[in-house]
Amino acid sequence: MENLVEVEDVSFAYDVRPVLKGINMTIRRGQVMSIMGLSGCGKTTLLRLIGGALKPTRGEVRVAGRVMHGLTQDELYEMRRKMGMLFQFGALFTDMTAFDNVAFQMREHTNLPESMIRDLVLMKLHAVGLRGAQHLLPSELSGGMARRVALARTVALDPMLIMYDEPFTGLDPISMGVIGNLIRRLNDALGATSIVVTHDVQESLKIVDYVYFMSDGVVVTQGTPDEIRESEAPFVHQFVWGEMDGPLPFHYAGARIGEALGLERGHA
Amino acid sequence: MLDRVSAPLQRLGRQVVNAIWRLGYASRFFLFVLLRSGTGFRRFQLIIKEIYFTGVLSLIIIIVSGLFVGMVLALQGYETLQKYGSSEAVGTLVALSLVRELGPVVAALLFASRAGSAMTAEIGLMKATEQISAMEMMAVDPIARVIGPRFWGGLISMPLLAAMFSAVGVFGGYLIAVVLIGVDEGAFWSQMQNAVDFRDDIVNGIIKSVVFGVAVTAIALFEGYDAPPTAEGVSHATTRTVVTSSLAILGLDFVLTAFMFRGA
Repeated sequence: MENLVEVEDVSFAYDVRPVLKGINMTIRRGQVMSIMGLSGCGKTTLLRLIGGALKPTRGEVRVAGRVMHGLTQDELYEMRRKMGMLFQFGALFTDMTAFDNVAFQMREHTNLPESMIRDLVLMKLHAVGLRGAQHLLPSELSGGMARRVALARTVALDPMLIMYDEPFTGLDPISMGVIGNLIRRLNDALGATSIVVTHDVQESLKIVDYVYFMSDGVVVTQGTPDEIRESEAPFVHQFVWGEMDGPLPFHYAGARIGEALGLERGHA
Repeated sequence: MLDRVSAPLQRLGRQVVNAIWRLGYASRFFLFVLLRSGTGFRRFQLIIKEIYFTGVLSLIIIIVSGLFVGMVLALQGYETLQKYGSSEAVGTLVALSLVRELGPVVAALLFASRAGSAMTAEIGLMKATEQISAMEMMAVDPIARVIGPRFWGGLISMPLLAAMFSAVGVFGGYLIAVVLIGVDEGAFWSQMQNAVDFRDDIVNGIIKSVVFGVAVTAIALFEGYDAPPTAEGVSHATTRTVVTSSLAILGLDFVLTAFMFRGA
C-alpha cells in the first residue's frame, strides 16, 4: 500500500523551546492512524505541520509526495482542498446554520448550483445523523451534535486526508462512541486516510489501524492496537491502563515531604 | 549599579522595538486587506451584509445622539447669539458645527464604540474558537473572506452614518430654535443655505468621515485579528479598539481641519 503522508526526521521548536525532536512516521493510504500522547507532547503541532500551518525547523513532511513547507500559498491552498480537519471543539462558524456550515466549502470552492449543493449537504448531514438539524445554529446544538456537524463539514468535499484534533474531548460516552464509529465508517466509505490525534486511548484503539505513541517530542513506540495494549514499555503501559504512578510520577518534583514539613534537615 | 541604570533602558528599548514591530505588522495587515479585497467586490453580498451589521444596526444610536446634539447646539447657540441680536443665525451655527465637525467626529466616536468594538470582539472570538484556523484549513483566506468585507462595509457605512447624524442634528436644531423658541423659520433655513458651502463644508465633512471610517475599521479589525485567543485577550483588544480609535479620530480631525479650513 502506498504512503500518503511521510514525516521524515522532523524537528520543530516554538522560539527556543523544542517541541518535536526528529520524528519519523509513515501513514498509508486508507489507514486510520492515531497519534497518542500526553497533553503538550507535540501531537497537535505535528498535525499542524502535516496541514502545512507550520514549517519544521529540520526535516520534511510530505503529503501525496509533496513537501508541505515548500509549497507556495496557492499550492498549499490547492493541497488543503484535498484535506479536511476536525478541530477539537468543532470550530463551527457561529453565524451560520448547520446547513450553511457544511455548504461553506462547496460554495467557496465549486461552481455547483444551489440545488445540487443542497442535495450534497443533506447527504453529508444524513451520514452523521443530523439531517433534521440542518436549520439549527451552532449555539442550539449539543457538544456531540456540534462535533458531528463539524465532521460533516470536514468531509464535505470528500478529502483524501482527514485530520482529527482531539475529536473525543468533552463528549459523553454515547457521543464518543458515535464519533468514533463515524470516523471509521466515513474513512472507509470515502476511501480516505485519517489521522486521529487523541489521548483517549480506549475509544481510539477500537477504531484505528495503527498507533504512534509520542512523549516529550519523540515517538516512543508504535504498533497495531493489539500490540499497544500488550506493550510492556513502562510509559505505554501506564498510559494505556491509566496507572497513577509510573515513569510519569504522581508527585511533581520538589523537596522531600519530610524536608517540606520540617521533620528532617535538607542537605546544604 | 549598572543593572539599575540598564534595566529601565532595556525595558524602554524593548517597548520601542515592540511598538515598531506592531506598527509594521499592522501596516502589512492593512496592505493585505487592500490587496485581497477582490473577493468582497466579486461577491458584493458579503459587503452588503457587513453594511447591515455595522451601518444599519448603528442607526438608532446615531439618530438619537444626532438629535440631542443638534438640540443642545441650538439651545447653546441661541443663548449666545441673541445677545448680539442675531438669533436667526442659529441655523447656520447648528449646520456648520454639525457638517464640518461634530457630525463626522461624534458619529465616528459612536461608530468606534458600537460597531468597532463589535468587530474586534467577533474576530477575536472567531480566532479563539479556531474558526479562523478552520477557514485556513479549508483553503479559504480569512483576510479575503472575513476581514476584507468587514473593512469595506465599515468604510461605506461611516460617511452615511455621519451624514445621517448631521441631518438629524439639523432637524433637532430646527425643533428647538423654530418650534420651541420661535425663531423665524424662513430666516433659519435661508441663512443656513447661504452659509453652508457644498465644496468647503459638506465635501470636507464627507472626506473626514471617510478617513475616520478607514481608521476605525482598520484598527478594529487589526485588534481582533491580533488578539490573544483567550477571554482576557479579546477583552483587552476590544478596549484597545475603542481607546485607540477615539484618539486616532481626534488626532486625525485636528490634522484634517488644519488642512481644510485654514483661513476659511
